[in-house]
Amino acid sequence: MKITVNGQLKEIPEKHRLQDIVEFFCPDTKTIVAEVNGQIIQGPQWIKIDIHEGDIIELVTFMGGGRS
Amino acid sequence: MKTTELYISERTEDTPLVIAGKVFTSRFLLGTGKFKSKSILEETIAASNAEIVTVALRRIDLERHEENILEYIPKRVTLLVNTSGARNAKEAIRIARLARESGCGNWIKIEIMNDSKYLLPDNNETLKATEALVKEGFIVLPYMFPDLYTARELIKAGAATVMPLGSLIGSNQGLKAKAFIKILIDEIDAPIIVDAGIGTPSQAAEAMEMGADAVLANTAIATAGDPPLLAKAFAMAIHAGRLGYLSTMPEIHDTADASSPLTGFLYEKS
Repeated sequence: MKITVNGQLKEIPEKHRLQDIVEFFCPDTKTIVAEVNGQIIQGPQWIKIDIHEGDIIELVTFMGGGRS
Repeated sequence: MKTTELYISERTEDTPLVIAGKVFTSRFLLGTGKFKSKSILEETIAASNAEIVTVALRRIDLERHEENILEYIPKRVTLLVNTSGARNAKEAIRIARLARESGCGNWIKIEIMNDSKYLLPDNNETLKATEALVKEGFIVLPYMFPDLYTARELIKAGAATVMPLGSLIGSNQGLKAKAFIKILIDEIDAPIIVDAGIGTPSQAAEAMEMGADAVLANTAIATAGDPPLLAKAFAMAIHAGRLGYLSTMPEIHDTADASSPLTGFLYEKS
């Protein structure tokens, strides 16, 4: 099935949960915040959230920034 | 770094900077953007003695591994997440909520810009975001264009400080908005942190001499040949400027005023 991760269309097998998606796409990133269809999902819930065809997932982390 | 620490530890008559009930001995806030490497950043934070460091939130790059910036920021430092990239209040609120979810605290620096040439902060949207985020329990430090009416509204809405721009972001132009920042210093009963455009230690000192409570710098330091050295220079200049302010400096005059006696010596006839 097709989902969108960070603006990119990705083909993934059926019956995946958010936890699987995070581990697959960001295996090395430690601090991650996840949003599914605009809704923030707390870390402990990732294992319970089923991903469906067409879901839009945003995975964000911290980077350098100051803007001054 | 030791010299700076010595200077700061000698300072006993100054009151510390207090933001939202949290006490800081350093009046230098450091941004973490544009550094060439994470190890230079780490060294620069140490040299700066900064106790508040800003970071941004971004989409993870799925194609390449990126180092976790938080590993290079000491635990003693208060993390201030900025909403850079937000073009309106709604986007800033979304970034703030995401940031809080990371477990890195609830201090948020609101930055809302929808003009890519000058990167000027949008005061109206900043006020809207401040009102909403204070209600959600965030400690809000809004970056703003130095306008007295907006500053008053921001504080009324519960902002912990106001952060007026010195000049355009990353321009190194210094205190172009000096007269208007001075009005905020005189009229706003909350810490005034000068942010944006501060390019040299002397500009930072100028802001502090005027009575600003703190200075935030990033671009100038990150893009210097030796960032840790410039960070140290900024820390010393900010401290020097603060001491100058506390000393109640004399006014500038248009005419000379001799510091040595000009009479009663040599050629004078009594």
